[in-house]
Amino acid sequence: MASSTVSSGTRRVRRQLPTSPWLFAAPGLLVAGAFILYPFVSTLVNSFTDRRTLVPGEFVGLANFRELLHDDMFWIGLRNSTLYVLGVVPALVLLPLLLAMLVQKTIPGITFFRSAFYTPVVASIVVVGLIWVWLLDERGLVNAVLETIGVGRIGFLSDQWLILLSAMAVTVWKGLGYYMIIYLAALANVPRELHEAAAVDGAGALRRFFTVTVPAVRSTMVLVAALASVAAFKVFSEVYLMAGPDGGPAGEDTTLVMLVQRTGTGLTGRVGYASAISVVVFVVTLVLMLLVLRADRKEES
Amino acid sequence: MSVMDKVRATPEQPAPAPARKPRITDEHGRRVRVWELALRYLLLLGVLALTIGPFVWQLSTSLKGPTEDIFSSPPRFLPSDPTLHNYERVAETIPVWDYALNSLKVAVANVVTNCVGAALAGYALARLRYRGRRVATLVFILTMLVPVEGIIIAQFTTMRELGLNNTLIGVLLPGCVSALNVLLMRNAFLNLPYEIEEAAYVDGANVWQRFLRIALPAVKGTLAVVAIFAFMGAWDDFLWPLIVLSDPSNFTLTIGLNYLHGTFANDERLVAAGTIIAVAPLIILFACLQRYFFRGVGEGAVKG
Repeated sequence: MASSTVSSGTRRVRRQLPTSPWLFAAPGLLVAGAFILYPFVSTLVNSFTDRRTLVPGEFVGLANFRELLHDDMFWIGLRNSTLYVLGVVPALVLLPLLLAMLVQKTIPGITFFRSAFYTPVVASIVVVGLIWVWLLDERGLVNAVLETIGVGRIGFLSDQWLILLSAMAVTVWKGLGYYMIIYLAALANVPRELHEAAAVDGAGALRRFFTVTVPAVRSTMVLVAALASVAAFKVFSEVYLMAGPDGGPAGEDTTLVMLVQRTGTGLTGRVGYASAISVVVFVVTLVLMLLVLRADRKEES
Repeated sequence: MSVMDKVRATPEQPAPAPARKPRITDEHGRRVRVWELALRYLLLLGVLALTIGPFVWQLSTSLKGPTEDIFSSPPRFLPSDPTLHNYERVAETIPVWDYALNSLKVAVANVVTNCVGAALAGYALARLRYRGRRVATLVFILTMLVPVEGIIIAQFTTMRELGLNNTLIGVLLPGCVSALNVLLMRNAFLNLPYEIEEAAYVDGANVWQRFLRIALPAVKGTLAVVAIFAFMGAWDDFLWPLIVLSDPSNFTLTIGLNYLHGTFANDERLVAAGTIIAVAPLIILFACLQRYFFRGVGEGAVKG
């Protein structure tokens, strides 16, 4: 492959062989086509079939989607994934911004703090999940502290709603540093004069935050909201690790992607039905992105 | 482990700073009030405890021996008699070093394929003139927008059709040239002044020579970002290897940890040692190459 391109190039300096750019792009296009776009299309196609892992399956029309409407587990998954977006996104839009403001000033040692706050981002979600499973254990550190200060022990990992809340907290904890860096870049572009003018006008810190900082980083907040909401809706690992593979008590903590994984894998996996759930994931993800972008435009006008 | 020690030792250091240096100035040369600075450091230390504390607690748990009470209330942060016994036990319970090697193989291969594939495709999109370049760019943009979690089942059946399920190649393939990296490289090449390459073109350099000798060395920074995020992505990945790997002998470290947790959930010291084995290499990598990690967030977010 390489040698033919080289020789043709030297022979005809002025004109490129029309195939050589395609050779450059070929590996990337091949991977994108074979392992992302083809599976995407086949997910759409499979969602209209009763395909199983070992059975090719036949076209069944909208049967899978009709079944979804009466599948309690699907509604539980949809509820949990939606709650996840509602719980996680506001925290991930606001807290990293405050954190970025905290580490913005270049005071001694600040690079150490910035790096330390970013550390949860580089750790695998499995590591992070297991660390928090141990911290929130009935006999873990958090409960030991709560008992010492007289609050008493809390079953973070035994109650259906507390499990979901704990998983959300872990997602926020792991995402803080990532979005902090995004905000840090945005804050660097806020003109200092704006703050000074507001200070001269007698605006306090809180007032300046809402009248100067927030408007100046608003487009970044929209970006963070978009990234965080799409990621939150597709949550898998945190809940899988904290609630267990079966999704906690009676499966009540199952998220949509957990349901896809549980339904579609294994030798008896219902590929067609899992694909129908995946299509719902696509559609909601798309709607979430459009909603965030529209909210952005409305506020602008 | 040394990183963790450093992290643990440092909180005490910045605190005295406001008292000793009251005339500290901010980045614009204005004086910062002492109480404001003290408050800032106090908050910083609070967040530090929240972000690093859990890692330190895990490390501490992993170093506590079988006779030490790990459930004590109030909690004891330092192991009374630190031991590496738990790490030996992890290796006796699961083939943790084989799993680490599997993770390393996938991660290194992922770095190579992403760097080579993304640089080649990015160069084609940015520099080469040919019909269909726009279509190719659009293909990568669409690919980037596909939510991977939604296509895992189809990816799994694709791997089965290729006979690659339950292999490390199967773990590697779907992400081996990520569309995001292709577009990052494209942007990096687009930002290079075209005149230099034009001069080389006039001198008779062919497309490979221009790519390898002129363009590629100029985008080393972005290439480093691609390499680091490819390594981290493969080393940390969980959902895809969980689906594609079924035979415990082929597990990567994250899947092995999940197995360890599922089977020995009540042995907290053991799980703690396993998580430290999995996270230590990345924390060390991060400590050494911080600026590329931060740069990657900025570049990735613009596109993502």
